[in-house]
Amino acid sequence: MATAPLVNRRDFLKKTAAGGTALVVGFHLSPRAFADQAKDQEEKTPNPFDAWVRITPDDRVTLVLGKSEMGQGVWTALPMILAEELSVDWKQVHVEQAPTNPKIYDLGTGGSGSVAGSWLPLRQAGAAAREMLIAAAAKRWEVGTDTCKAKNGFVVHGHPERSYRFGELVVDASKLPVPNLNKVPLKNADDFTIVGRDTHRLDTAAKSSGKAQFGIDSRVPGMLYAVIARCPVFEGKVASFDASKAKAVTGVRDVFEIKTSGRGASTTGGVAVLADNSWAAIEGRKALEVKWDEGTAANESSEELRKQFLANASKPGGVLRNEGDADAMLRAASKKWEAIYELPFAAHVCMEPMNATVHIRPDSAEAWVPSQGPQWAQAVIAEAAKLPPEKVTVHTTLMGGGFGRRYQADFVMEAAQVAKISGKPVMVLWTREDDMQHDFYRPASYHRLEGALDGEGKLAAWKHFQTSTSIAAKWSQKGADDPGLGEFGTGATIPYATPNVRIEYTLAHSSAPRAWWRSVEHSSSGFVVESFVDELAHAAGQDPLEFRLKLIGDSRKIPQFGEGREDNHPLDTSRLKGVLRLAAEKAGWDKPLPKGQGRGIAGFYSFRSYVAAVAEVSASSSAFKVNRIVCAVDCGRAVNPNGVRAQVESAAIYALTATVKDSITVDRGRVVEANFNDYAMIRMNEAPPIEVYLVPSAEAPTGIGEPTVPVIAPAICNAIFRATGKRLRRLPIHNEDLA
Amino acid sequence: MAISFTLNGKSQSVDVSPDMPLLWVLRDTLQMTGTKFGCGMALCGACTVHINGVATRSCITPISSVVGKKVTTIEGLSADGSHPVQRAWIEEDVPQCGYCQSGQIMSAVALLTKKPNPTDADIDDAMSGNICRCGTYQRIRKAIHRAASEMAGKHSAA
Repeated sequence: MATAPLVNRRDFLKKTAAGGTALVVGFHLSPRAFADQAKDQEEKTPNPFDAWVRITPDDRVTLVLGKSEMGQGVWTALPMILAEELSVDWKQVHVEQAPTNPKIYDLGTGGSGSVAGSWLPLRQAGAAAREMLIAAAAKRWEVGTDTCKAKNGFVVHGHPERSYRFGELVVDASKLPVPNLNKVPLKNADDFTIVGRDTHRLDTAAKSSGKAQFGIDSRVPGMLYAVIARCPVFEGKVASFDASKAKAVTGVRDVFEIKTSGRGASTTGGVAVLADNSWAAIEGRKALEVKWDEGTAANESSEELRKQFLANASKPGGVLRNEGDADAMLRAASKKWEAIYELPFAAHVCMEPMNATVHIRPDSAEAWVPSQGPQWAQAVIAEAAKLPPEKVTVHTTLMGGGFGRRYQADFVMEAAQVAKISGKPVMVLWTREDDMQHDFYRPASYHRLEGALDGEGKLAAWKHFQTSTSIAAKWSQKGADDPGLGEFGTGATIPYATPNVRIEYTLAHSSAPRAWWRSVEHSSSGFVVESFVDELAHAAGQDPLEFRLKLIGDSRKIPQFGEGREDNHPLDTSRLKGVLRLAAEKAGWDKPLPKGQGRGIAGFYSFRSYVAAVAEVSASSSAFKVNRIVCAVDCGRAVNPNGVRAQVESAAIYALTATVKDSITVDRGRVVEANFNDYAMIRMNEAPPIEVYLVPSAEAPTGIGEPTVPVIAPAICNAIFRATGKRLRRLPIHNEDLA
Repeated sequence: MAISFTLNGKSQSVDVSPDMPLLWVLRDTLQMTGTKFGCGMALCGACTVHINGVATRSCITPISSVVGKKVTTIEGLSADGSHPVQRAWIEEDVPQCGYCQSGQIMSAVALLTKKPNPTDADIDDAMSGNICRCGTYQRIRKAIHRAASEMAGKHSAA
């Protein structure tokens, strides 16, 4: 039985809390937690009027958001779920960020899991509040609760109808016993009036007027601003420094060293320059003279890493999956195909560079952090401040992009260390160069795929060897020894039926920091699997869509390879075929294109959702252009379809950037790229139109922030092959590669 | 040294080093954080303001060059978000994270001032200096066309 992925985000938080203190993840509002701890829950269930819903006597409704808003739209979608069950008028709703309280909220935001994970718990919380309001009204009328109904912010009863506004009831309601959340009645989906409708985002006005406050906009009386000089070489340290010129810069107040904090928060340490304003801090750092102890990572380079990849690929890897005998089948096959695929390190590039604002007082601390993991932020500040976590108040701000980068606690730990030494409120902010060169990158990887077809044109054998700088190896020795399937994800659960599958992995060593980048391991798996199956289709002389549908075969549910039994969300082949067909239909798959143009298709299952994309390109032997991308999506019930479409558009542009723009490269142990001149972004004039089609579904909502990423690169490369006969296997791709 | 200019229609005077870029004067000295820091090299457009009506990257504009001029920031477009471009942004649900959008809007307003009925090529030219990592480009384009329509007095079908 294969090992489950070692590093999934939830396990990670429990195991690697800063300084080894047990991180209180606390009350998990998840169906599994309820099932496991039902009796415990009843005793600890927070009153929904404390945790989720505030209603004032004049009927202002404030719903609490227990996840981080980084652009993905939870500020609107999660309150929609609460509002639906609560039965308020959506137009009355305001939103407030939840405080960092691990006893009540599971604030970690990532894994495309916010709507999926909150769907049932928020429905239950909203329904509980509704039932308490109904009970309060029924008590006043002295009638049975079953004769009362909640709608649009009122509880109503009888003919002629009498009513109470929620605002009139809330004080009484909040004092009533909280119903058993597992038993509270939930609305019938047919009766939804909010969920499922295109809904304008609630944060647009603030974001269009300069009023929205991001982490970097935090302004606290008496605050100082700091930037940190960090060793450009991975894991390098300060050997010595001369602050005299830095301190002479107008506005600079102090210069001191902060130490590396070790594997948990994974900071590098460095020299902090504190000033009255961030310009002075940046200018001060320019005048700072630091001698670095570069350490052994100074020998690393992209060239050296590729040599490791090639050496690793020349030997069998550790076996992660083996059914039948793929090796024997490939040896015996009269025709077999083999391809090498390569992907580079990739940077997150949030438009708002990393930052955190921390104030540590003797008995308490307060922080303003754009964070996807506010509880981890709270824990590292507590560690730096030598205070219990309950004494640390973390305000989660809006953030200018997250993409997984802001889950990390490094930028929080640095700010806490600086704040502890300074005693004043301090914002540590990063320049674009800092952000680009001290990221936690998407791993670089090298893949060899081998396949054979049988006499009926079905898949006789599939073998996937990968070597990469795994995420798991960066975070623990266990992860280095046994990275498991963390670098394959659903790429190990190929939907293409075959009796002979072999998956092998060998770790490549690097000191470059690595962690979760939008869609994580699926960004490479999707490219590799959907490119190789396309190569097989063309080798077999078959239409790439029909070939995939044939190889996927009958409607069935394939358990995800390696997932623990409880958590398993099987790959439903009929839903995968559904998005492939829908994307093809909407793209006009069968309509001929002029010479020099081509279409490519790719479909992938990740984060429990199904996405297929058709890319249309113009391509020749000297240049290519992506003209159009058509996406079909099955993510279960779309809470806010407009928001779902926005996420697909977003992930498509994110993935397109990684496909056609720049790599993160390493030279002498340091990242070469520094700003948008050498790590370019897709701009308005290069953005193709993206069409999104949603499969209507009554299934519970599943993820949508990330699942579009895996299909974009293969759809584009498959389209270029169709147009030119040239197969591109190494990302990113450029015009010169077509020669 | 006191440096005077007009900010969103009001006289402003700051006592800062003359080479301090306008972006930092706005954000740190004046605590007007609507204009954003994204790259510090005029590559991303997040810092876009208007100086005498011209879209300008404030991160590389020394405050000394702003003396006596009229600066407009995102905060100065309207008191209540009612500028047609802002309204179009809301109707089209343009922003996702929103960090780039102050700069996007300022660039869009400058475009529409010069070209009230821009073509898609005009939009490419005027807007390609503004990066959006969340990929809202096609919604920005649609919102610009919508605002152009509205500002021209036509009403598009709802």
